[in-house]
Amino acid sequence: MTFNFFDNDLTTLHDKLAAKEMTAVELTQATLDNVAQVDPQLEAFIMTNPEAALAQAKAVDDKQDFTQTLAGVPLALKDNLATEGIQTTGASHILEGFKPVYNATVVDKLQAAGAISVGKTNMDEFAMGGSTETSYYKTTANAWDQTKVPGGSSGGSAAAVAAGLVPFTLGSDTGGSIRQPAAFNGIVGLKPTYGRVSRWGLFAMASSLDQIGPFTRTVKDNALVLNAISGFDAKDSTSSEREVPDFTAKLTGDVKGLKIAVPKEYFGEGIDPKVASTVKAAIAQLEALGATVDEVSLPHTKYGVAAYYIIMSSEASSNVQRYDGVRYGFRADDVKNLEELYIKTRSEGFGDEVKRRIMLGTFSLSAGAYDAFFKKAAKIRTLLIEDFNKVFADYDVIVGPTAPTVAYGLGEEVDDPTAMYLADVLTIPVNLAGLPGMSVNAGFVDGLPVGLQIIGRPFDEATVYQTGYAFEQTSRLFEQKPAIAKHTLS
Amino acid sequence: MGTGNFETTIGLEVHVEMQTNSKLMSPSPVHYGDEPNENTNVIDFGYPGVLPVANKGALEFGMRAALALHATVSPFIRWDRKNYFYPDNPKAYQTTQSQTPLGTNGYLDVQLEDGCVKRVRIKELHVEEDAGKNTHGTDGYSYVDLNRQGTPLIEIVSEADIASPEEAYAYLEQLRQTILFTGISEAKMQEGQMRADVNISLRPYGSDQYGTKVEMKNINSFNYVRNALYFEEKRQAEVLRAGGVIQQETRRYNEPTKSTILMRVKEGADDYRYFPEPDLAPVVIDQAWIDKVAAELPKSAAERQHDYVTNLGIEPYDAEVLTQTLAMANFYDATVVAGADAKRAANYLIGDVNAYMNKHQVELSETQLTPEHLAGMIRLIESGTISTKQAKQVFEAIMTGEEPEAFAKKHGLVQISDPAVLLEWITTVLDANPQSIEDFKGGKDRATGFLIGQLMKMSKGQANPGIMNKMLLEELAKR
Repeated sequence: MTFNFFDNDLTTLHDKLAAKEMTAVELTQATLDNVAQVDPQLEAFIMTNPEAALAQAKAVDDKQDFTQTLAGVPLALKDNLATEGIQTTGASHILEGFKPVYNATVVDKLQAAGAISVGKTNMDEFAMGGSTETSYYKTTANAWDQTKVPGGSSGGSAAAVAAGLVPFTLGSDTGGSIRQPAAFNGIVGLKPTYGRVSRWGLFAMASSLDQIGPFTRTVKDNALVLNAISGFDAKDSTSSEREVPDFTAKLTGDVKGLKIAVPKEYFGEGIDPKVASTVKAAIAQLEALGATVDEVSLPHTKYGVAAYYIIMSSEASSNVQRYDGVRYGFRADDVKNLEELYIKTRSEGFGDEVKRRIMLGTFSLSAGAYDAFFKKAAKIRTLLIEDFNKVFADYDVIVGPTAPTVAYGLGEEVDDPTAMYLADVLTIPVNLAGLPGMSVNAGFVDGLPVGLQIIGRPFDEATVYQTGYAFEQTSRLFEQKPAIAKHTLS
Repeated sequence: MGTGNFETTIGLEVHVEMQTNSKLMSPSPVHYGDEPNENTNVIDFGYPGVLPVANKGALEFGMRAALALHATVSPFIRWDRKNYFYPDNPKAYQTTQSQTPLGTNGYLDVQLEDGCVKRVRIKELHVEEDAGKNTHGTDGYSYVDLNRQGTPLIEIVSEADIASPEEAYAYLEQLRQTILFTGISEAKMQEGQMRADVNISLRPYGSDQYGTKVEMKNINSFNYVRNALYFEEKRQAEVLRAGGVIQQETRRYNEPTKSTILMRVKEGADDYRYFPEPDLAPVVIDQAWIDKVAAELPKSAAERQHDYVTNLGIEPYDAEVLTQTLAMANFYDATVVAGADAKRAANYLIGDVNAYMNKHQVELSETQLTPEHLAGMIRLIESGTISTKQAKQVFEAIMTGEEPEAFAKKHGLVQISDPAVLLEWITTVLDANPQSIEDFKGGKDRATGFLIGQLMKMSKGQANPGIMNKMLLEELAKR
């Protein structure tokens, strides 16, 4: 048996497992078989871990405790989430063969809920990139068109869900790395509020921006996964002690009276007109459901990309310094002294995009440049936060496109970093302000999905989900299947 | 002064390891002398995805040092990363406080040899992580031990107020004692718990600009600091007198030759790319927290000396001896609180207890002695229950953990002061030694000595010698 998850949401899977229509071992094996059959066309996985997955599935079958929705449900993890005893590389050569001796907190939480990780998904090297093409290991294809990029950096996690290989995955989002690939693959991807989910075990790119979040096909599934991974963690002092609500609580389909703000800057220059009109149609649909919609201004949006690339690269340059070949991971051969060990290991171990960001960040933090770059970027960040605060004083959510375009061709932009960086213009401000943001499918342009981005107040993921759910349940776009999923149904 | 026409300017940056239970940013224990890498975890190793959690206790220890040095505790601190590559620095950054030091604008009053008091201003104090240790084996490999990695340090930065090697030495001595009395560190030099970075420059008298400074790092002996400074003072003066220029350089002190050796010439400042540590939230320190720490801060040596002299009638010199270590001073205080006579307690600690510690090469905390037992023994002496001679036996016993009263009872070390009993013994001894009575009457003082010896024998040493002497003389007079 192979199993495609396209027609099974988390609740359905749970009910089937609880009713013993299938065992967790059967489901896990079928998932692994399906991945083995389909993934060569997609290359969403860096590796699968059948032994560990089947052992976990057996433990769930033995226990027969299905009080938790995720018990016995398969998933996959972005390869920058530490998994004990299972290779975790961040898609970098420098961590090839590295097996952590610890789990990320989200991995522990999912295991405690009985969920079963079948493998590690492809990504841009250390999450640096927007197309999953900077991975050392492989290039992943878009679930809707295998000549197109899946987006990034969590491209493997997004494509795997869109193709129905697993019902959900986790990704990480520093400047759009969950929302943009979710948009490109026509699924639901949420970056939670900064501090909502523990970062312990997430291989840091930019510590003040990184958040882990779920990819699912439906909004409700997404909320269910977020329920399982949220909460304060004593091991992450930037995680919030706020109580975690039930994120499914507001999934009524009702948005009457909801106040929606639409920033005019999100429809400015560089936004593909077809993308803009698709998103506007989606917003009109929300209005038709009873929400009020007003145009607003987030005047500092245009400075977001510049501020982001300084702050992100500064933090990243410091965070990846630990990959030095001394204690773990790849170490270059034939070195004569310590300096050579560092230089050769890091020259051979890192790809171009990582090196580019190390250089940008090292420069921005250097004594002569700090005030003009890092410090100024930090000030812009404050202005962006103020922009959002002003709007959120009067509105419940902010909506707009997730990305300026639909998925582009593989290899098209990888050599033009500036173009790639500008593609993050709509997602970056959300990270800089630490807000929750979600992408849901808004429709299609030339057969490729367009993302509707919904941004909420800090820690108000529930209202983001409420908005997305109301749209999704009326548009029912999640029922549209990419060819790769139709093909593999068994 | 061997410097001719130059004025010496010295600044010191002193690192003290704080003896918290766990490290500054990880739960690994802080402990010296264990097997390499025993006291480490994934955080200390800088594995991917691990996160620091700041040790609140280490901040409080840092606040103690700041308060003891009269510094202003900052109401808001945030952690910064200092970036550099080295194998003993696994994250490739040290967590420190570069922008918002925990304490600023303090001072330390230093007693100089000539009796003057010199006030050295403290520019700032900050809490940061210690590095691990690299060792280079004879087998061609280098070894990394991360046990020390992440141990909390307090760095105490003085202003360049120190004018001579001797002042630097006195400052370090005074600083060490001040730190000891905060209870945050034993500041053991041989274990590297206290290390000094030294800056020294010379300038012509009257010049309003400092000369170019030379830096010497990580010296872990006050004598070495003094020697290094004497050497540098002389070397720099010679260079300047010969019309030469002092380069901004880092030198190393070499003890066998008592000289300093050039390590590297600095061309501008190192660029450590400091920036706020994004993995840690800033810390707000309100007055209530400062007050709580201030209340927990042990009294300083100077305050205690003053108390001992004015309230307990202790000689100033003895008061100084009692406050050489925090352990001794605390022990003394507890002994007095437990009801011991203050002077007798001081004498025992300075005399017998110190002698015992020297003889057995142990710290006070390593003996079995408790303040309660010492006070108990002193009470037995004060009440006349045991003689000072018997006390010697009791002292040996309490040093091995015995309870003094129980020990004295068990071994019959009880002094008999009852006049009726003493009179009976005196009568018996006098009756049996008429010759001695004759001798006494004939003016031979020795006779009383013999009689006391007989009485002691009879009482098995338990007779109270004071009362017995007095009664014996009375009885002799009656015969």
